Amino acid sequence: MKNGFRLTFWLFLSPVLLWLFLLIVIPHLDLLILSFRGESDIGDPVWTLQNYKNFFIEPIYWNTFIRTALYAMITTLCTFVLALPVSFYIVKLARPRTRGFLTVLLLLPFWVSELVRVYGWMILLRESGVFNYFLLNFGIIHQPIEMLYNDITMVMGLVYTSMLFMVVPLISVMESLDDSLIEAAHDLEATRFDILRTIIIPHCKPGITSGAIVVFMLALGNYLTPNLMGGKNSLWFTEQIYNQFIASFNWNQGAAFGFLLLVLSSAIIWIGLKVTRQKLGEVAS
Amino acid sequence: MLFSVGVASLYHSQDRQTLCAMANDLSVHNVVRKFGNFTAVDDVSFDVPQGSFFSILGPSGCGKTTLLRMIAGFDEPTSGSLSIRDKDMRGVPPNKRPVNLVFQHLALFPMMNVEENIGFGLRRRGMSRAEIAKRSEAILERVDLPGYGTKRVSQLSGGQKQRVAIARCLVMEPSVLLLDEPLGALDLKLREQMKVELKKLQAKVGTTFIYITHDQSEALVMSDRIAVMNEGRFEQVGAPRELYNDPRTPFVAKFVGDNNVWSGKVEETGEYLTVRTNEGLLFQARSHEAYSSRIGVDLFLRPEALRIEPKVVTGLNTFQVSVKTILFDGANSRLLTVMPGGHELLVSLPQNRQFDYIEPGAIITLGWHPDSGLCFKV
Amino acid sequence: MIRSLPNSRRYTWSFNLFILAYFTFLFAPLAVTCIFAFNDSNFPSLPWNGFSLDWFTSPGPERVGIFHDEQNLRSILTSFQTAFFVAILSTVVGTCSAFLFEQEEFPFKNGLYFLMLAPLVIPGVILGISLLLAANTAGTFFEDSFGIDIGLFRPSFWLVVFGQFSFITTFVSLVVSARLRKFDHSLEEAAMILGATRLEAIWLITLRYLRPAVIGAGAVAFLMSFENFNTTLFLVGSEPTLPINLYLQVRDGSTPVINSISLLLIVGTSGLALFNLYCSKKED
Repeated sequence: MKNGFRLTFWLFLSPVLLWLFLLIVIPHLDLLILSFRGESDIGDPVWTLQNYKNFFIEPIYWNTFIRTALYAMITTLCTFVLALPVSFYIVKLARPRTRGFLTVLLLLPFWVSELVRVYGWMILLRESGVFNYFLLNFGIIHQPIEMLYNDITMVMGLVYTSMLFMVVPLISVMESLDDSLIEAAHDLEATRFDILRTIIIPHCKPGITSGAIVVFMLALGNYLTPNLMGGKNSLWFTEQIYNQFIASFNWNQGAAFGFLLLVLSSAIIWIGLKVTRQKLGEVAS
Repeated sequence: MLFSVGVASLYHSQDRQTLCAMANDLSVHNVVRKFGNFTAVDDVSFDVPQGSFFSILGPSGCGKTTLLRMIAGFDEPTSGSLSIRDKDMRGVPPNKRPVNLVFQHLALFPMMNVEENIGFGLRRRGMSRAEIAKRSEAILERVDLPGYGTKRVSQLSGGQKQRVAIARCLVMEPSVLLLDEPLGALDLKLREQMKVELKKLQAKVGTTFIYITHDQSEALVMSDRIAVMNEGRFEQVGAPRELYNDPRTPFVAKFVGDNNVWSGKVEETGEYLTVRTNEGLLFQARSHEAYSSRIGVDLFLRPEALRIEPKVVTGLNTFQVSVKTILFDGANSRLLTVMPGGHELLVSLPQNRQFDYIEPGAIITLGWHPDSGLCFKV
Repeated sequence: MIRSLPNSRRYTWSFNLFILAYFTFLFAPLAVTCIFAFNDSNFPSLPWNGFSLDWFTSPGPERVGIFHDEQNLRSILTSFQTAFFVAILSTVVGTCSAFLFEQEEFPFKNGLYFLMLAPLVIPGVILGISLLLAANTAGTFFEDSFGIDIGLFRPSFWLVVFGQFSFITTFVSLVVSARLRKFDHSLEEAAMILGATRLEAIWLITLRYLRPAVIGAGAVAFLMSFENFNTTLFLVGSEPTLPINLYLQVRDGSTPVINSISLLLIVGTSGLALFNLYCSKKED
């Protein structure tokens, strides 16, 4: 069948191959290669594992990574806890007309740049910000509190930024949950918590997993939000990468860090999938 | 396998004029299509004379769609050849073949109106807009949809969409028009109507139609010749009446028309086969081959061949049954009867008031002529 | 528990309250940013000194409104240009990718598909640095072997375009694929047997059908490119895009002109997003 159809096949294949190989495969290979390069004492390029060793030797590096990974997991959890009731409300509780409106409203903030959103939080939370102004004015406090630049605010900022990527898959998977299942369970005198635990969450598992993977990777690899909302105390791993590249100009070290980020985060996701006994193929949709 | 009667006579006739006049629009020779280990089309050969209505009848999965797609050019045979008007179609893509296909779900372009749909193929040929408009209107008149050019596809009824799909193909003046079970999506009454309309249309336009279906009623009503297909092979090719009255294989016997079947063993051969059925009855029936004694056979008998309480019984096979239910269906009414032993039989019940007295539970005598029954070796 | 079941007043009201609180949480930073764009003050903070359009229109020298702010305006233009090219490139290649995976069969198809999905999960930072490194390697190679200096391989406008393109294309591909999957393939075959070549059939029939998805994906690609930060950060040269420019100003401290820019961004992107939604609903 494919004689005259060969042309269209190559027409479709070539740009895709060019894109994937030139912009994804080769750069990542280069990243890998460069991470194994360094300079000898006399300044000659040489193959070395030093860049990787540095990660394990210097406590600040792997401490930062562990901290980043942990907070990314916390972010994922918080996002899930918030997103679940919201998507449940929109799909199952709201009236059909309000539903469309609410969905649009939900997505709207995410079309705006992450920067604008973070900036908005800064205006609200910083020493000279809105919250402090009201708290001072009503005499609740006497000195402005610096609400930014701490871990809690940083996680909140990450949750805020990642919300979309948890809500969308949850809404989509919850739409496929038949109302009559919940009604039947209710009829059989299950409590709301039971229904949540035994029907809703198991049904939504694929959506939860895909959302969690995306949120985790996004949070882990985010530079902007931790940098602006966590300040110098953020100790986010991407900052280390940025420093090596832009500040220290030590590209080989930065490459090693980048690769480690990729590998370790993939490993965490893999472990997560194994622990919850799921397969990547089923989740990828 | 089997060749059409027309071609067979050609080889024996010396008349070259006859040869040209009875040219074949489609010739298929030993076509095989394999998908890995699975053979979808297994050595099929046939010819379709110009201007005829040829049907390929078979159950789902028998390979008829695969065969059709190879004729259309969407698939290439693993081996064998296909020619249209004596031109070999090997390697010719569908857009270059002089065939057109009416798809099962019609495939009318939803973003275009009726005239744009019909003119699509003509536009590919580079025809002028004026010419296209003229031909579109002409073909719409031919299919009884005059002036429908500006309507959108969504505004048409099922039957009208059918006709537009056919018009879209006919306007291209193909050598062969292929139809892929086009009546499946229509409701019963419309389907019955369309069967007659398609037959009339084909006669009017004169294009060769190749029609594939699993519905034997469609094939029987419309076709000049039918090929019954099963598991990739043609079981029998012939005129509708031939297939109905004289099936050559048990599959054809079962697939075309309704049947009662007895299993049994041959006792004697002769002008007719004498068969002892498993229930112990002795019947005389036809067979295509002379089977020897003690061969197991299946005996096929049509419901309308069974006569209720025949007055004259000489030369008939007779036996008694008990009536289980009366299946009233107007002219198609039948009796569901049961033999002692539990074997059920369908008997045609003529609605001429003669048999109104029959009630469920009654014992009646049935008789049938040996010519009506056909035996096949098991 | 759900709308078809009887719910206690308390349940309904507490849920409603929660949703209200949630949406407040969602829109608070945006609302605040917009409000302060109109504050007659040199700082994006309270107290409220009165309504003023200074941060939009004032030509300076004390307050430079956005419409006179050369640097910011230039970065907005750069963002538009980048987004424009990224949208076009990613729409074309993304559509090719959709056709490739939905309609063609070839060895290693599954592997290539996962590769195509990879940019979605690879952190933007990694995409950025890997492209930076690769471009640098290529640049030095060309310079050392042939003595030619290709500007493309240094942090520059086009490097940013390619960096953003590398992952936005995946989104486009997924969006277009979803619609292509619903396409009745027999329409293409009908076109072909009526005399169209495969390319003609795709162009006249399939692409017409895909149009809303392609346009929608293009709009999404434009927006994603416009607001991208993580990847652009490593690839940007002397012409910063708007997010980069804003970041520097936010970090180092600046005037409420940032608020007015933010307002324009919010209005602009929301408008485009809503328009896109309206168009996609209309086609349905």
